[in-house]
Amino acid sequence: MLEIKNLHATVDGKEILRGIDLTIKPGEVHAIMGPNGSGKSTLSYVLAGRDGYEVTEGDILFNGQSLLNLEPEERAREGVFLAFQYPVEIPGVANATFLRSAVNAVRKHRGLADMDAMTFLKTAKAKMKQLQMDEKFLQRAVNQGFSGGEKKRNEVFQMAMLEPKLAILDETDSGLDIDALKIVAEGVNALRSPERSAMVITHYQRLLDYIVPDVVHVLSKGRIIKTGGKDLALELEAKGYADIIADAA
Amino acid sequence: MAANAQTIETVEGLAGEYKYGFVTDIESELLPKGLSEDTVRFISAKKGEPQWMLDWRLRAYKSWLRMAKEKGEPGWAKVSYPEIDFQDIHYYSAPKKKTLKSLDEVDPELLATYEKLGIPLKEREILAGVAVDAVFDSVSVATTFKGKLKDMGIIFCSMSEAVREHPELVQKYLGSVVPVTDNFYATLNSAVFSDGSFVYIPPGVRCPMELSTYFRINEAKTGQFERTLLICDKGAYVSYLEGCTAPMRDDNQLHAAVVELVAMEDAEIRYATVQNWYPGDKNGKGGIYNFVTKRGACRGARSKISWTQVETGSAITWKYPSVILQGDDSVGEFYSVAVANNAQQADTGTKMIHMGKNSKSTIISKGISAGRAQNTYRGLVRVMPGAAGARNYSQCDSLLIGDRCGGHTVPYIEVKNRSAKVEHEATTSRISDDQLFYCRQRGLSEEDAVSTIVNGFCKEVLQKLPMEFAVEAQKLLGVSLEGSVG
Ligand SMILES: Nc1ncnc2c1ncn2[C@@H]1O[C@H](COP(=O)(O)OP(=O)(O)OP(=O)(O)O)[C@@H](O)[C@H]1O
Ligand SMILES: [Mg+2]
Repeated sequence: MLEIKNLHATVDGKEILRGIDLTIKPGEVHAIMGPNGSGKSTLSYVLAGRDGYEVTEGDILFNGQSLLNLEPEERAREGVFLAFQYPVEIPGVANATFLRSAVNAVRKHRGLADMDAMTFLKTAKAKMKQLQMDEKFLQRAVNQGFSGGEKKRNEVFQMAMLEPKLAILDETDSGLDIDALKIVAEGVNALRSPERSAMVITHYQRLLDYIVPDVVHVLSKGRIIKTGGKDLALELEAKGYADIIADAA
Repeated sequence: MAANAQTIETVEGLAGEYKYGFVTDIESELLPKGLSEDTVRFISAKKGEPQWMLDWRLRAYKSWLRMAKEKGEPGWAKVSYPEIDFQDIHYYSAPKKKTLKSLDEVDPELLATYEKLGIPLKEREILAGVAVDAVFDSVSVATTFKGKLKDMGIIFCSMSEAVREHPELVQKYLGSVVPVTDNFYATLNSAVFSDGSFVYIPPGVRCPMELSTYFRINEAKTGQFERTLLICDKGAYVSYLEGCTAPMRDDNQLHAAVVELVAMEDAEIRYATVQNWYPGDKNGKGGIYNFVTKRGACRGARSKISWTQVETGSAITWKYPSVILQGDDSVGEFYSVAVANNAQQADTGTKMIHMGKNSKSTIISKGISAGRAQNTYRGLVRVMPGAAGARNYSQCDSLLIGDRCGGHTVPYIEVKNRSAKVEHEATTSRISDDQLFYCRQRGLSEEDAVSTIVNGFCKEVLQKLPMEFAVEAQKLLGVSLEGSVG
């Protein structure tokens, strides 16, 4: 599904990612943990193709094809979805309008006809019910005035509608209350299938109780310094990063 | 529903370059360039006008001569352009065939042009519920739905026809809102206006359809001097739509229209414009100069006039739809979206003159600038001593795309009555990289992302447009901002 090979990337001339190797097979969920500033969000932006994040070395293969020459929207249409750590507000644009344009842009790319307004509304309402989101969020402007938790839930709602092949969740759990965490995790789990993969960035083992990862990676200073099974998260929770970072050095 | 789908489909063809850059090849009767008393006499004679109309025009012409000598063109707006040579303009052109009884008599090429423009002439306007008085160059060549409207006592015809058929109304109201000597361009218009639309809604009548006029400038170097007069009598209601596009041109084309609205007691007029004239190429070459005077008078108590406009075209726009709130409890509204891209210059705004007690006005202005464009909002709110309890709320928002353009807000507030309440808010924002990336990460192209963000920014204004127009306007916003990022 996803193959990251010796990935180096700079932001404003500063090297943030310094040689990342990572392979996610179809159906797998990988967790990425690591101290603040280690480069987790940077990795997610590089994968999504954000301007200003320059790949200086290495490659990213998505289903065998390099993503490096694709625009962000092309990657999105290929099935790469990023749930933002800080979702962006778009004043005046109804959530429903925005999401329907997104759904249809992706469908068009896949050779499918536009989803009509009725079907869209029906599907959206069903997904919102699963996520226990009030339907009024469809008519509100994208993320505008949403609480922190509501924004995160809205990201998962969008993901559910877009059904991506690779979902990257950047600290989707932060800002969620305990009940919301469970609901959102269920939303992510509902998408799990042998054809879909996910990269879950988090600081907390708690989320991984609900979204059980196949593999856990520790990122530090732009490199993966340790990889293990789901127990690694437990170990980190108990001991912190210091020992692992010291070991790796 | 069907009509909407139609409109959407038609408008969807708008992608890519300026699509309407074609010139229709219809033999037209062209008056040689130049402006003199003879020009005025020629135009008047051509239209078979009565003496009083000619006298009115000649008075205007003399005033204009004086203004041209004393001050010349107004220089206070934040726009710049080479001085216009008023002798280098054609003041009259008309398709040769005139006064047609049915569409079958219309030049097929003209119909084909309308087709290309997506103007719903044939059955389409029935679906859309729109009666079209199509102004092609300077003469109205097709007027529809007149019968149905006539039964209700509504007059909807060309200005020339009104001068002939309804002289008492024209004499009473023409120039009563925009006086002959109001300003340089309005005065010029008064002398040489070619044609336009005339509407009269009798007392208590609610016009059952959106009245609509499509303007189009076609003859090379033909100054367009449209004259529109719309009167809504006591307790009457009308919604009027005006939209236009023009062919691609190399020379700048001057357009100086005058629109006068009169609302009597309890009457309501909604006037919506989508203006999409050729803005010129990336360097502004060849675009339309749009110097328009639009003004409404709320003459009666509780009357209401609402201007809604979406301005995306023209090289230079100079336009201030205004309302004179004479009646007590009268209401004036101005909802505007003005887009300026590349080398476009827009200086637009409104004037709300409060005279009546408890008169109320609302101004919502959304200015969008991209490329090297300059976009200025200029608004006057004046509360006269007698306007006790008058209220105004103004909100002017500017959105900048890129860092080479400018958005300016110039409010003038004059309050001469202590009980009045005037509020003004202004914001300036920029489309952020975060917003663009967020949209693109969801699969929207960069252009769609810009268009989505811009439409969100303009939402309050777009909501005020009639449905079909709103869809058209949304698409136009997208089209006119193409290539503005990246
Ligand atoms: N534009 C920039 N210029 C310079 N440094 C930057 C820029 N953007 C990000 N960085 C730096 O890159 C490093 C990695 O940032 P990133 O946001 O990827 O960390 P993170 O692992 O997601 O942290 P957190 O857990 O706090 O979200 C940080 O040190 C940050 O300051
Ligand atoms: Mg981060």
